[in-house]
Amino acid sequence: MARPSLRKKGGAANGRGKAAPRRVMAQVAMVMNLDKCIGCHTCSVTCKQTWTNRPGTEYVWFNNVETRPGQGYPRGYEDQDRWNGGWTLNRRGRLVPRAGGRFRRLSGIFANPDLPELNDYYEPWTYDYATLTDAPLGDDVPTAAPRSLIDGRPTSVEWGPNWDDDLGGGPAHVANDPMLRKIGDGIKLEYEQSFMFYLPRICEHCLNPSCVAACPSGALYKRIEDGIVLVDQDRCRGWRMCVSGCPYKKIYFNHRTGKAEKCTLCYPRIEAGEPTVCSETCVGRLRYLGVILYDPDRVGEAASVEDDRDLYEAQLGCFLDPDDPQVAAAAEASGVPHDWVTAARRSPVHALINKYRVALPLHPEYRTMPMVWYIPPLSPIVDALAETGNDGEDAGNLFGAIESLRIPVSYLAELFTAGDEEPVRASLRKLAAMRAHMRRVNLGEPEDPSIAGSVGMDTDQMRAMYRLLALAKYDERYVIPTAYSGGSFTGHADHGCSLEGPGGPGMMDGDAAGEAFHAPPLVPAPSSAAGEGDGDGPRRVNLLNWNGHGRPAGLFPPRAAGEES
Amino acid sequence: MRHLHIALWGVLPYLVLVLFLAGSAWRYQYDRFGITTRSSQLHESRLLRVASPMFHIGLLLVIGGHVIGLIVPESLTEALRVPESAYRANALLVGGLAGTAAVAGLSVLIWRRLSTRAVRESSTRSDRALYPVLVTVLVAGLVATLAGSASGDYDYRLGVSIWFRSLFELDPNVDAMRDAPLVFQVHTLTGMALFALWPFSRLVHAFAAPVGYLVRPYVVYRSRRPAPARALDGRPDRA
Repeated sequence: MARPSLRKKGGAANGRGKAAPRRVMAQVAMVMNLDKCIGCHTCSVTCKQTWTNRPGTEYVWFNNVETRPGQGYPRGYEDQDRWNGGWTLNRRGRLVPRAGGRFRRLSGIFANPDLPELNDYYEPWTYDYATLTDAPLGDDVPTAAPRSLIDGRPTSVEWGPNWDDDLGGGPAHVANDPMLRKIGDGIKLEYEQSFMFYLPRICEHCLNPSCVAACPSGALYKRIEDGIVLVDQDRCRGWRMCVSGCPYKKIYFNHRTGKAEKCTLCYPRIEAGEPTVCSETCVGRLRYLGVILYDPDRVGEAASVEDDRDLYEAQLGCFLDPDDPQVAAAAEASGVPHDWVTAARRSPVHALINKYRVALPLHPEYRTMPMVWYIPPLSPIVDALAETGNDGEDAGNLFGAIESLRIPVSYLAELFTAGDEEPVRASLRKLAAMRAHMRRVNLGEPEDPSIAGSVGMDTDQMRAMYRLLALAKYDERYVIPTAYSGGSFTGHADHGCSLEGPGGPGMMDGDAAGEAFHAPPLVPAPSSAAGEGDGDGPRRVNLLNWNGHGRPAGLFPPRAAGEES
Repeated sequence: MRHLHIALWGVLPYLVLVLFLAGSAWRYQYDRFGITTRSSQLHESRLLRVASPMFHIGLLLVIGGHVIGLIVPESLTEALRVPESAYRANALLVGGLAGTAAVAGLSVLIWRRLSTRAVRESSTRSDRALYPVLVTVLVAGLVATLAGSASGDYDYRLGVSIWFRSLFELDPNVDAMRDAPLVFQVHTLTGMALFALWPFSRLVHAFAAPVGYLVRPYVVYRSRRPAPARALDGRPDRA
């Protein structure tokens, strides 16, 4: 597919789309379909119960669901003039952390000037449940008064992680939405005219993570095999630079252990080929997980394009087509396992981002190259149409509404494309076309290929996208290869399971192989199958079978002739 | 008294040194997870943003002053023709300012720790042991600098410094320390207490000073396989 060239000075990026990549890396990425989010917070609650139900992380939500427009969690985190998260281009056009380079960061190490306080998140609390049963008999009904989880004192609950849920608090709170302030000019926030949708957020596991760049200790890292960004708890020294460095404020400071913690993309589950807890428990089935192949050599260039509005296209330019045999060959040469390449071909994330182009990144203007993408919600527009008495699912009406309704398109563009409305409109038009097309199919009317054609798709693609978005079958939503074979395999025995040597437990004589695959060995192995891999390769010695006497076979290289003891 | 002085200035320093080195090695080996700044900035930021840099930068200057005062012998500055009066004025001015900043910063930090309930709650037993020692060391040191330089009747470079250097010659000059004024003795003694507490308190975070950050590429890659931790050649960022 032809990629629009990056509009960069000198056009250095032009024409690179076709060239075979020198290196290929794989990333487990997520797409969320915002049209289907009902704001039930199941993802947040199950995530919290799995990961952050410990002392020190009471206020921490690796996954949170925000009502937009709204301030988000922590309050106003998108206002980078205040928090200085993410990257920016310096005067020479070089990519630098917004809070300053290495020297500036270290000079501020004794007190991080950009760190949010607990009140910017919220003060966690519990209730005095015991008084409900322990209170002496009296005229008053006993109440469970709120108590701070930080200092144990009675507290008044004044803010929470989703305080402005469903536009709660009204214009007083909503008006502080940093994105809304950007659009500005007289947007009416009266309830009857307002719109809203839900935005579930986890760590973006960015290709160019600014939290990793900010960590003075080098404790934060991006995993080579699957791109998951993690904190090495033994190396973290609590400098808190990552907390302010992340523009999405998705790194949290555990005030009990003094260490940074973050969303792990449930890596133990991902490694086993299972979806994250937030995905698994999502009742709306709106999350998609899959592999995306990308060219790491293009990331730096893409993150440095001059205009914020080119960042979406620039990031698309980093992604590789796994169906391209050149890409597949380069991937396997770079150590991406074969089953990861085949998983990338079936990846729903690849389809939604690259093939259908309906998913968009969250705040590409932070230049971190985020890898959790969102399908913008069509529902506010459908609702607006229906309220005016029009048929909200008619293609013509919908297309017209997408063009004419300034909100929410401009608001969505501030979230997903740094203010460029065209990609948002294109995505919404595809979703509208899919609705109109499938309604004709469901009502038994003849298919109208012109609907699909008007958004540059055909009817087969419409049905495939419908199947992925509307039916969203479990094994099509989550295509996650296991990590058991992750990494570059050279075929040497040193990577394998230690039980898999010939003669080891679970293996059997070559003769019996055809009959009983899992049968125990017919003849008990006298000693280990040590010393496999004659020649130069590394040797593996199984000491489990060694009886403690003598020299374990294979532990030492064979003696040269005439060297007998 | 003779035996007491030998114990304090001839034996104790070596015990403290062994404790300091062995304790640090033990902490690094067995409690790497516990080595952290234990920052409380999340709970209170306004006071910390003023007091913490004041304390830390003051303290770094003070440490620098100690290195010069204790390790550089008087004969060297005389050979370099640094006038005694200039040396003293410099020690009084820079040392006094740095010491005052450190003491002032520490006072605000301790007041903050006591008055902000969330910060107080997060304090540990080792903090309660550490802060009194730290205050005593700093105040005694500041008094010694200001009073000693003002009156000019005791030259620590001919007393304490000689004792300090003699420790590393494994021939402790106990007399040099015995003749020092009381305030120097208190400062030295509590200083040794500080080094003894060092591996077992939050002071260990000083060992984690992230100087490597200045030369490291911005984005760090690590493999899922524990060893060998192999970095990619060339990185997506162009830092």
